[in-house]
Amino acid sequence: MSGHDSKYFSTTKKGEIPELKEELNSQYKDKRKDAVKKVIAAMTVGKDVSSLFTDVVNCMQTENLELKKLVYLYLINYAKSQPDLAILAVNTFVKDSQDPNPLIRALAVRTMGCIRVDKITEYLCDPLQRCLKDDDPYVRKTAAICVAKLYDINAELVEDRGFLESVKDLISDNNPMVVANAVAALTEIQDNSIRPVFEITSHTLSKLLTALNECTEWGQVFILDALSRYKAADAREAENIVERVTPRLQHANCAVVLSAVKMILQQMELITSTDVVRNLCKKMAPPLVTLLSAEPEIQYVALRNINLIVQRRPTILAHEIKVFFCKYNDPIYVKMEKLEIMIKLASDRNIDQVLLEFKEYATEVDVDFVRKAVRAIGRCAIKLERAAERCISVLLELIKIKVNYVVQEAIIVIKDIFRRYPNTYESIIATLCESLDTLDEPEAKASMIWIIGEYAERIDNADELLESFLESFPEEPAQVQLQLLTATVKLFLKKPTEGPQQMIQVVLNNATVETDNPDLRDRAYIYWRLLSTDPEAAKDIVLAEKPVISDDSNLLDSSLLDELLANIATLSSVYHKPPETFVTRVKATAQKTEDDEYAEGSEAGYPESSAHSADGPTSPPTSSSNDAHVGATRPAPAPSTSPPAAPVPDLMGDLLGMSNNSIVPVDQPSTTPGPPLPVLLPASTGQGLQISAQLKGQDGQIFYSLLFENNSQIPLDGFMIQFNKNSLGLAAAGPLQVPQLQPGTSVAILLPMVLFQNMSAGPPSSLLQVAVKNNQQPVWYFNDKISLHVFFTEDGRMERGSFLETWRSLPDSNEITKDLPGITVNGVESTLDRLVESNMFFIAKRKHSNQDVFYFSAKIPRGVAFLIELTTVVGTPGVKCAIKTPNPEMAPLFFEAIETLLKS
Amino acid sequence: MPVAASAVYFLNLRGDVLINRLYRDDVGSCLLSTGAWNLFLFMGSGNMVDAFRTHIMQTKELGTCPVRQIGGCSFFYMRISNVYIVIVVSSNANVACAFKFVVEAVALFKSYFGGAFDEDAIRNNFVLIYELLDEIMDFGYPQNLSPEILKLYITQEGVRSPFSSKPTDKPVPNATLQVTGAVGWRREGLVYKKNEVFLDIVESVNLLMSSKGNVLRCDVTGKVLMKCFLSGMPDLKLGLNDKIGLEKESQLKSRPAKSGKTIELDDVTFHQCVNLTRFNSEKTVSFVPPDGEFELMKYRITEGVNLPFRVLPTIKELGRTRMEVNVKVKSVFGAKMFALGVVIKIPVPKQTAKTSFQVSSGRAKYNAAIDCIVWKIRKFPGQTEPTMSAEVELISTMTEKKSWTRPPIQMEFQVPMFTASGLRVRFLKVWEKSGYNTVEWVRYITKAGSYEIRC
Repeated sequence: MSGHDSKYFSTTKKGEIPELKEELNSQYKDKRKDAVKKVIAAMTVGKDVSSLFTDVVNCMQTENLELKKLVYLYLINYAKSQPDLAILAVNTFVKDSQDPNPLIRALAVRTMGCIRVDKITEYLCDPLQRCLKDDDPYVRKTAAICVAKLYDINAELVEDRGFLESVKDLISDNNPMVVANAVAALTEIQDNSIRPVFEITSHTLSKLLTALNECTEWGQVFILDALSRYKAADAREAENIVERVTPRLQHANCAVVLSAVKMILQQMELITSTDVVRNLCKKMAPPLVTLLSAEPEIQYVALRNINLIVQRRPTILAHEIKVFFCKYNDPIYVKMEKLEIMIKLASDRNIDQVLLEFKEYATEVDVDFVRKAVRAIGRCAIKLERAAERCISVLLELIKIKVNYVVQEAIIVIKDIFRRYPNTYESIIATLCESLDTLDEPEAKASMIWIIGEYAERIDNADELLESFLESFPEEPAQVQLQLLTATVKLFLKKPTEGPQQMIQVVLNNATVETDNPDLRDRAYIYWRLLSTDPEAAKDIVLAEKPVISDDSNLLDSSLLDELLANIATLSSVYHKPPETFVTRVKATAQKTEDDEYAEGSEAGYPESSAHSADGPTSPPTSSSNDAHVGATRPAPAPSTSPPAAPVPDLMGDLLGMSNNSIVPVDQPSTTPGPPLPVLLPASTGQGLQISAQLKGQDGQIFYSLLFENNSQIPLDGFMIQFNKNSLGLAAAGPLQVPQLQPGTSVAILLPMVLFQNMSAGPPSSLLQVAVKNNQQPVWYFNDKISLHVFFTEDGRMERGSFLETWRSLPDSNEITKDLPGITVNGVESTLDRLVESNMFFIAKRKHSNQDVFYFSAKIPRGVAFLIELTTVVGTPGVKCAIKTPNPEMAPLFFEAIETLLKS
Repeated sequence: MPVAASAVYFLNLRGDVLINRLYRDDVGSCLLSTGAWNLFLFMGSGNMVDAFRTHIMQTKELGTCPVRQIGGCSFFYMRISNVYIVIVVSSNANVACAFKFVVEAVALFKSYFGGAFDEDAIRNNFVLIYELLDEIMDFGYPQNLSPEILKLYITQEGVRSPFSSKPTDKPVPNATLQVTGAVGWRREGLVYKKNEVFLDIVESVNLLMSSKGNVLRCDVTGKVLMKCFLSGMPDLKLGLNDKIGLEKESQLKSRPAKSGKTIELDDVTFHQCVNLTRFNSEKTVSFVPPDGEFELMKYRITEGVNLPFRVLPTIKELGRTRMEVNVKVKSVFGAKMFALGVVIKIPVPKQTAKTSFQVSSGRAKYNAAIDCIVWKIRKFPGQTEPTMSAEVELISTMTEKKSWTRPPIQMEFQVPMFTASGLRVRFLKVWEKSGYNTVEWVRYITKAGSYEIRC
């Protein structure tokens, strides 16, 4: 019985809106219904049909339930943009809430709760009051949720009108679904309130546990989630609770199972009898394993949770490691999680089997998975002392396959194995050295260099090996440079002969004079001073015995683990992060009573909260955190490159109670200071509408700053904007949101833009063609210029070394020169400052006869870099600009930009 | 918080929004900050789910993780045929609940659309989907999703108010009580002339075997599917030959358990109609079934699995450009039974140029799209062992020979009237107050789950 609604999507060319309007006012019911369907279809594909508001609302008074639902749907979407007109619907709502049909009563209350318009909310209270006491359970269950909706809109109103008490009464309702929804509503209100609203007493607890049996599956989830916060008084009570919850483990719904597991784990903390605990563990294992035969997405959620559970209760799944073996066709995200759990469950008993699996995985196709498998072998070696030798022999076998990334990954883990078992496995160093030339990843290189330095006395040709790296010292990444420095010092201390002495000279010179990296420079100076003042002390420090590491890389802090276990089945348990790190919403009441510092503090405290969650647990063991100058330390985490944006007053955000998240307000006249915008559409051609606009970069984002001035005699509304295909693919990131423009008023808009959306073919050009329309006038077209400097990104800064290297690596054909005769550079300092401000970074300066030559670097999105040479005589007109870039076709655009920059 | 969703989006593979529904306001702001500015003012415009599209769909990360955080929002997504169903939340939502909701919602839509769920089905039924979305979730909390009940009052044609003045309207009998009732999955007053129950035991065998023939992992996941055409409100009780159930039964009746094969179930999960508390205390499966077809229970077994097939591969790489593949498949079930639709996929390297086979039964073909020799045997009797030998010639490549990572051999089959676990239905009792007689039908079938043999 498949429908044919797709016909409603087809349109006639002749003005759609007027036609719909006509049909909506038709005297025939069927025609009206079809028209509303068409309106909804238009809404679905994103057309703005808000202008039909009154006509649609007129169709609301109908006995046809389907039509009524469609009108309600329309209202939910557009009431907010037409608050004044929305009031028209109130009467029908109130009337519907008293309809003899319970479905209509419930529908009215449900829909009213979704319309977040103050005027409607006012009228919601009385019907809601009635519906909470309705005879029909369907209405009551809908009303219960509606209280949560109202609390979200206006918490005070809920408290003042005594809705909380009414919902609490519903907990004793005789209908299980009403009970479940009331519990859900109260739990949510409690989560958002700082006052105790919904406290679970032992009485409510037992009542709810009884209701559990009769609830729908979802109701069981609501109740179990609410009850998991309950703290049992003693072990006996805990046992009782657990006994009544365990049957839920057999439910087919994975959410019920996980919520039951959460509740049982919480109560288990109190249970002292080891027999009971063992028994519970035995009962929980099979349902957890069964979750792994669900859809892969559910498997993923289950695996992330199992990861937490086995950290607290390793015995639960100790015998089940086989179920975590990867299937060939498992999605990669499932495989990765399974691997993680296999490492956790690996023991002396099953390690042989596990190693066979890992070895199998290490020959699969997906590179990331293979790397993780290799790393897993290393971690098992570190974890299980008795199996270390077997692990290493597997690693050596893998190295022999000579697959590049396998070898590199193996070297990284072997470095850790050396740290864990000093003086045991060094015999394999010779094998490692064979693969020396194939290393191209920084971490693998750094690990290998660390090994050479650490065991310099046992490697006959250690100096030769290190020397081969030294040639490329300036080009190496920081991680490798640091290791090279340390390894050379070690070598010198161990073999203070002529060769190493020369090497150390070279390295120290490189690391102090030639580098910009403060970490490297500081470390080099310390070594230098140590070596020159007291070589013996240097020996004591540099060659000190290192503490043995253990595999703690993946264990969560105990209190964090507690918190995450209390959040089983939720996002928090999937991210392995406490909820407050990714939930930006602050408690409604808290926000009212406390000042804004609270909100901002919680934001700034977690600058990396947006980082990809899976990165956390997969980070490899950093063996040397307690040993700063040895081991393959990673560079210290760079300070967050994007500090929280300066708080801008945000009218719209505040209205919604989410003041701290919007990056930029949508319509905020105060954010367009500075010089007036160039007029692109003068009022004379725009029938009274004047548009000024310019591209702007702000906080790494690109905006189109627009100023609309209405000098006509009529109000203008329904503004839309469209950009023609252009060389950078600039397009609006969202629709233009211009309120109705009354005659004689103006409005400034910052329109966020995205790049690379609609690229034009052909040679790059700075032309940006814009079309703006509104409901009253014809479409206006005007041209703007793309000034490239707006797009220069903050990551355009280049190291001196890499600048030179890039300059050399680019062929001469990529060098383009242009004379800018009309430009004078007066003050060097001020010019440089200005350029840096536009993300054009100063590299170096030199004198060439009487001319000054400056070098800069800049970058635009997609990593297109520009290396720039400016030659000029300060104070006299004329600048010669030469650039080198991998994308020489962008040069004309660039020259225009630099001209603008230097002129300003 | 048990909230499952703030918004639900249905996208096609290009990322266009087919339909969406916002349940909460809280995702508006974070979609704003990630570039989808108009989300809460306009529904469904082309570039709206930019955050999702640019961050997930356009990067290769699609497939790396079904739960992603972008800005202040988290996105959960599932792909079902050619549709992405995306759930957006900004709170610490219950992810398990959200995914299960999607799975159940899709089942519901399929039941309404008559089987298919894809882009076209969505476009053709958007009014119905809006209506259902409004009904099955309220403010992000899943409500009743039973197709049986929803079909009472949400129909394709639209139901007219039962209390309206027009006498022609079909009244809805207590729809609201049904939705919220304790037996929220069955409506009252059903009458069938002939009362019948069909039971299907469907087992999937999952196997991972090493090239040396060692079983690395092996389990059976079984389902008991039921089709009920019963009048009134019947109470059903199902008895299987599982160990715990039998023990409990003999305990209650205080007589020794009958001899015969008993099965140890590792885990069982039940449809929401089964009384779990009673199962826990008495170990009996008793329930009031929904009308029509449903999945009564699922179980898993790891011990004592009878593998229907053994596969013995030998693959020899003869120099750089030649390979010899010999595969012997042995059926180990009863000689009177037979398997249907047996497919054996034997992987060969990408650079395969030419293949030639000899099979003692069925047909073999080289399929370059999946780099496999596909050997099909339509009817495969028990206690036989057909063989296939193939010669594979490879294109010699200039690059240094990288060892070929051999994917496992995969197998598909169906064996009717065979259960790999040995599970049997002992009885199915039906009680109804009117005391009618019922006819019960039981079928067994074993299928291949992921049946993999490394080589």
